[in-house]
Amino acid sequence: MQKSVQKILDSKDFKQLMSKRATVSTILMVLLFAIYYGYIFLIGLNKQFLTQKIGEVTPLGIPLGVAVILAAWVLTVIYVVWANATYDPEVKRLKGQLLSK
Amino acid sequence: MADTTAAVQSTLGQPTVPSISFFIVIVLITLAITYWAAKRTKTTKEFYAAGRSVSAFQNGLALAGDYMSAASFLGIAGMVALKGYDGMIYAIGWLVGWPALMFLIAEPLRNLGKFTFADVVAFRLRQTPVRIASAIGGILTVLFYTIAQMVGSGSLIKLMFGLPYEIAEIIVGCIMLAYVLFGGMLATTWVQIIKACLLLAGVSVLTVIVLAQFNFHPGELYAAVAAKYGQAALEPGGLVTSPLDAFSLGLALMLGLLGLPHILQRFFTVPDAKAARISVLYATGFIGYFYIIIPIVGFGAAALIGREVITNMDKGGNMAAPLLAEFLGGTPFLGFIAAVAFATILAVVAGLTLAGASAFSHDIYVHVIKGGKATEQEEVKASRIATFIFGVFAVLLGILFKGQNVAFMVGLAFAIACSANFPALVLSIFWKRFTTQGAVWAILTGAILAVGLIIVSPTVWVDVLKNPKESVLFPLKNPAVVSMTASFIVGILVSLMTREPEAEAKFEDEKLRTYLGVGAE
Repeated sequence: MQKSVQKILDSKDFKQLMSKRATVSTILMVLLFAIYYGYIFLIGLNKQFLTQKIGEVTPLGIPLGVAVILAAWVLTVIYVVWANATYDPEVKRLKGQLLSK
Repeated sequence: MADTTAAVQSTLGQPTVPSISFFIVIVLITLAITYWAAKRTKTTKEFYAAGRSVSAFQNGLALAGDYMSAASFLGIAGMVALKGYDGMIYAIGWLVGWPALMFLIAEPLRNLGKFTFADVVAFRLRQTPVRIASAIGGILTVLFYTIAQMVGSGSLIKLMFGLPYEIAEIIVGCIMLAYVLFGGMLATTWVQIIKACLLLAGVSVLTVIVLAQFNFHPGELYAAVAAKYGQAALEPGGLVTSPLDAFSLGLALMLGLLGLPHILQRFFTVPDAKAARISVLYATGFIGYFYIIIPIVGFGAAALIGREVITNMDKGGNMAAPLLAEFLGGTPFLGFIAAVAFATILAVVAGLTLAGASAFSHDIYVHVIKGGKATEQEEVKASRIATFIFGVFAVLLGILFKGQNVAFMVGLAFAIACSANFPALVLSIFWKRFTTQGAVWAILTGAILAVGLIIVSPTVWVDVLKNPKESVLFPLKNPAVVSMTASFIVGILVSLMTREPEAEAKFEDEKLRTYLGVGAE
């Protein structure tokens, strides 16, 4: 068992799995930061952009705020879709290797 | 378009038949569930983690129920009613931590941990020092959060039901203790699920009725608000003035979530890492939906009730949503909303109490005092005693801080969570060279700096202690950007100065568990 554990740990597939997860979560974290702080700094630095009216009185800031929440949720959907489609099958395969040997 | 101002008479503050009935029904149902759960709560796995039997969907709802406090519901509705758009900016900040929780730690946390987040921090490090430090960080976070909740709940219940403050504290304490003492995590989970459903349903109905007044055109609602309070009510005001302040608060809200013990503990209730991940998807959806619709309630209250009437009831604006409910749906709907707010308080305090008690019994009693060798019965008994003590303390602190300005304590709880608990957790999971000394110093640095800096910040130094503005020693309202960075730096530097070959060796084995879930409990 210990031997097969070491083999998995050293395998290219396992290392790829770790780095893939790190890449995906880093990209999504960067997007999340960009979306949230983009919105916050827009308020701080360019308020005129948010106060322009898109309806009779409705300023752009209101739908934009809703969009930030929706975008944050969409990021979680992306992660789950990726993890279900790519990560889980790979985990299952590697776990199978561990048990079969 | 409705432009009438609500009658100033309100049954708010008096116990009415509908409010008492709804309240009694909710309490009876949740106590019945507790009775059912008590029969299924014998082992530690059942007491702390509901036997890991909670589904991803159920956990998503329970996470939402654990997180959305009365402050989110009544507070944000009130803030939007009184301050307009700024309330929306605030609400958004409360959501953005959830995706981060999913991307960074939800799955490894579930794979590595057993009952508390300290299990994960201490996984490959020396148990005693790391457990003590983690428990300090965890208990401080939970304690400040609990004080804020208890003080808030006493005043809210007094405002809504007319009960004396102290009686309200004792009622909350007793009901909440009944859930946790007898029903453990299983009862707490179901209380949180029921509360989340009631809250989401109540606010949804309120939103639909508000929009119905404006022919289902949000634009007409905004026009009514602008007609009354000017276009400025729909635009960003004074909340984001200093970019560094906004950055620091944003960090505390976003990454603080990843260090809240009562939220993290919920991940040990699901069967595996996949369920942990999917439960965050559901939770983010529910909480996001809630924060999207709650501003409509706030704007509706401003347009239909008026700011003067709202502040007459409560200066902080907390009664905006209940007043609106009464105006649109009469006493029965007010009764329902008041009971929902009560349930909201109970569910959050129950989750906090369980997390605080677990830190005492699982981390301190079992792993420090008993050296990790306690029997099931001993640990369950210890956890119940710890629950009781924590509950009594919660009530006493609630009464002690009566009338005090404790709003800053929620921000402080998030600052400690993101400065003490989060760095140690992340470094322990992802960094091979992290050592016991590094973990202890990272946690202590973060906790001490977060508490110390907030005391000399404008939040406490000026607003609470009433010192002159010029004498403030630290300029930021929330210290997270400084205290969290310092915690990471200290954790990394101390780890580099101390070597722990054993911990490094265990890190290799840990990887299989972190990424594949091999050996996860």
